[in-house]
Amino acid sequence: MLHTLAVLVENNPGVLARVAGLFSRRGFNIDSLAVGRTDNPAISRMTIVVEGDDHTLEQVTKQLHKLVDVIKINDVTNEPHVDRELVLIKVPVDRASRLEVMQIADVFRAKVVDYGPKTLTLEATGTGEKIDALEEALRPFGIKELVRTGKISILRGAKYTTANITKEEE
Amino acid sequence: MKYKGAEVLLKALEAEGVDTIFGYPGGVVLPIYDALYDSDINHILTRHEQGAAHAADGYARATGKAGVCLATSGPGATNLVTGIANAYMDSVPLVAITGQVVTSLLGRDSFQEADITGITLPITKHNYMVKDPNDLGDIVKEAFHLATTGRPGPVLIDIPKDISTAEVDYQGSGPLNLPGYKPPTAGAEDLVNQAASALMRSERPVIYAGGGVVASGAHQELKQLAEVLAAPVTTTLMGIGGFPDDHPLSLGMLGMHGTRYANYAVSECDLLLAVGVRFDDRVTSKIESFAKDATIIHIDIDPAELGKNVRVDVPIVGNVSIVLKQLLERLAAKLPGAWQEKINRWKKEYPLNYQVSDVTIKPQQVISEIYNVTGGNARITTEVGQHQMWAAQYYNYTKPRSFISSGGLGTMGYGFPAAIGVQVGCPDEVVFDIAGDGSIQMNIQELGTAVNYDLPVNVAVMNNGYLGMVRQWQELFYNRRYSQSEMTSPDFVKLAEAYGAEGYRVEDPTDIRSVLEQAVASSKPVMMDFVVEQEENVVPMVAPGEPINKMLG
Repeated sequence: MLHTLAVLVENNPGVLARVAGLFSRRGFNIDSLAVGRTDNPAISRMTIVVEGDDHTLEQVTKQLHKLVDVIKINDVTNEPHVDRELVLIKVPVDRASRLEVMQIADVFRAKVVDYGPKTLTLEATGTGEKIDALEEALRPFGIKELVRTGKISILRGAKYTTANITKEEE
Repeated sequence: MKYKGAEVLLKALEAEGVDTIFGYPGGVVLPIYDALYDSDINHILTRHEQGAAHAADGYARATGKAGVCLATSGPGATNLVTGIANAYMDSVPLVAITGQVVTSLLGRDSFQEADITGITLPITKHNYMVKDPNDLGDIVKEAFHLATTGRPGPVLIDIPKDISTAEVDYQGSGPLNLPGYKPPTAGAEDLVNQAASALMRSERPVIYAGGGVVASGAHQELKQLAEVLAAPVTTTLMGIGGFPDDHPLSLGMLGMHGTRYANYAVSECDLLLAVGVRFDDRVTSKIESFAKDATIIHIDIDPAELGKNVRVDVPIVGNVSIVLKQLLERLAAKLPGAWQEKINRWKKEYPLNYQVSDVTIKPQQVISEIYNVTGGNARITTEVGQHQMWAAQYYNYTKPRSFISSGGLGTMGYGFPAAIGVQVGCPDEVVFDIAGDGSIQMNIQELGTAVNYDLPVNVAVMNNGYLGMVRQWQELFYNRRYSQSEMTSPDFVKLAEAYGAEGYRVEDPTDIRSVLEQAVASSKPVMMDFVVEQEENVVPMVAPGEPINKMLG
């Protein structure tokens, strides 16, 4: 089963290597990993989608906690949350197909972000399923290039996973 | 006031109470070595960086303080790797400091450049590359905090040469800033209550104690707990010394080369109290049949150990010493019953033993004599192999930190440099490295270090002309095809003498005692070459993958 982990880490050099290295050497499967800084520039947030049973997930979480740079981990899989992925898709078009691709974009509320004589590039955000569906719809046109960000996720309502960092006094 | 980075490093080390560094100089650490010249910190020059890491590890295990080693960049740093991995597997507080090429040359495959922070990522608790000389003091402070608190472990600090030569302001280190690091202390009340009532209910309890008992200094609490519950105690290799071997409740070591009675007790217990252990495969063997009828209570400071290898009924995260105190508050004294009688019968029926010979020397006999000659007061280190298991079985350890051995990584070549570190940390004590002829040759160059610093370590080589444990496995599992396990050795006596140490060759069992007495009396390093029975095996033995109550020998 796929689990979505929200992981707050210190924005130190090498932190991504530490996290990714931990997954590979302990034999855990990463499905996707998206990382960027939070409102606090000293802290980054990773959204890690990992595959495994409950035992694996428990070990993933505990082993991640052992990394000194990891501040907080939340498994949001079973909590109400919003998750999104961003995709950019470049599709070859000609006079006949251009309109059809734009109609598909419309249906998926995708934006045209580049309009060339022979290609269209679409931007879409949504759940992984929606993006998969868009990809499927565009496949017959022959996708030239496709890039996905991996999932990012945030809890619904008043709940949040931000850590309040205070300098620890001696 | 302005200081050079190298001076800041040494001042920060002094602030952490460091009195000794084990190391080896080289190009990019010259600024540090130059600053060391004017510092009060003692430096021990080993003959190989691996020796420096193991010596720092031995020093740490013997004293309980963090061990410190220092090496130059590239090959100096990579030579530390085995020592760092060894400390990581056995949770030893170690701070490894490595030099690095100047920042502007980083990433260009420069002379003696190695990505040591990348290389040591999986074998350190944490590591640092210092990019700003102003961070140096704080990083040293953090490194020692991380190495010595929570589950101890090695921390590496990589310092580019331009950082150690840069001039910075330094007035001591600032407050710690480790928002994600909160080592646990006490156990959760409800779980401790659950554990206490399970212990009171149990009829056939066994305590399985490991390195965590020694690391947290919980040996007194463990003894008290065992006595209150009348519960027998078995220790892992790392737990040796955490419970006195001469105590009536002692079962000795369990697992692959554990005692029969320890393995039987664990297999038949109804409650297993696992304290500061990690259910290593050398202990559990076939995991499905390990303590299969028992309620398992597991106490460990590292939450990731709970449920990693076996299912645990009562998992308690916390410092072992504190959790045992919490438990003691909740327990009432129990009287020994049928279970204890059964165990005592097993102890009588299946004692550890070997056939003494008056013609050839039995290695077990040498180890027993080391115990007799030193009155059990020596610090024992070991290499890895048959002699290590005999050293675990045939010397009675009654004090924590008296048995120092490579458990998790099983590093041949560990014992001798570790003994040097132990002798530096405990200058007034008798130190023995129990070695094999194969293992001793992996770091034998450290004879130079022992002689150089007048460290009277005693090396007892159990010389059987084989890589003994390899030969034993080949005998048992490879149809006696002794592929590459036979080994010739140099004349250890001449070798010792060439270095300026004393050497003895012992072939007659009646000479064992007198040679050991001479060695203990000597103020020089002594190498004793005991020519032992060639094909002696370590028994009992659990074949890999078998249940632990199914033993050979």
